Amino acid sequence: MTFLPGDAIRVKDDWPESRGPVHIRTPHYVRGVAGHVKKYLGDFPNPEDLAFGRPALRVPLYHVAFDRTAIWPEHPAKDTLLVEIFEHWLEAA
Amino acid sequence: MSLLETDGERLLTALLGLLARKGLVSDAELQERIAITDKASPGQGARMVAKAWTDPDYRSAMLTDGSKAAEAIGIPMRGMPPLGVLENTPALHNLVVCTLCSCYPRAVLGYPPFWYKSAAFRARAVRDPRGMLAEEWKTVIPDDVALRVVDSTADYRWMVLPLRPAGTDGWTPDQLAAIVREGDMIGVTVPHV
Repeated sequence: MTFLPGDAIRVKDDWPESRGPVHIRTPHYVRGVAGHVKKYLGDFPNPEDLAFGRPALRVPLYHVAFDRTAIWPEHPAKDTLLVEIFEHWLEAA
Repeated sequence: MSLLETDGERLLTALLGLLARKGLVSDAELQERIAITDKASPGQGARMVAKAWTDPDYRSAMLTDGSKAAEAIGIPMRGMPPLGVLENTPALHNLVVCTLCSCYPRAVLGYPPFWYKSAAFRARAVRDPRGMLAEEWKTVIPDDVALRVVDSTADYRWMVLPLRPAGTDGWTPDQLAAIVREGDMIGVTVPHV
């Protein structure tokens, strides 16, 4: 576990689906978007490998909060999104 | 003939036979799982909500560990994904969606309603949640209440603990559970008397 609650992060602006068949749990609308870690949820087998029947390492999963305005500027400022994101998709911001 | 064209009943019989012959699943385990699935319904989640409304200790236990709290009132959680509980407050309303597929807290809410899996709900719940709730469910989130959309993308399953409505003072847990609907625990509606 690398990140702590409150840490500022950015979701990687990565699009592995453009490089071939993949299974990803990081919604497209948060890629490249800055947010903060709300909670560490535990370690879970990496679904990106599980989906293909490959050996899957357990990887840290976080609840990550985003301001809606970081994605859709016209939305009410107090509204937020909370998304489960695996650690390898996050970088410190 | 491909697997997809095979008669479902025959396929099930063959699969069950193989599982039994290879000793992978016993008949007792199968019956237990079927019973658990049959028992799963929004009534289970409603029992948790009603208990949380009447028992502060249970409420805090439920917010800390939804799976344990479910088991504490006899809801089977073995083999189910961990359950997280999202608390509505006078200042915060939660709405659960799974934009990637249809993750749903089946152990406590049963099968998802048909619209939960629709592309329209999954897209609009994140893109325009206030407009969607107001138009489709007549649920108007006041301007001074923050709306939090919880996208269920991975290993947890999420349910909403709604606010206890006014006019329910002195009600028993059974009376309270009877007014809690599945939509209240997804966050598209709120309980009312």
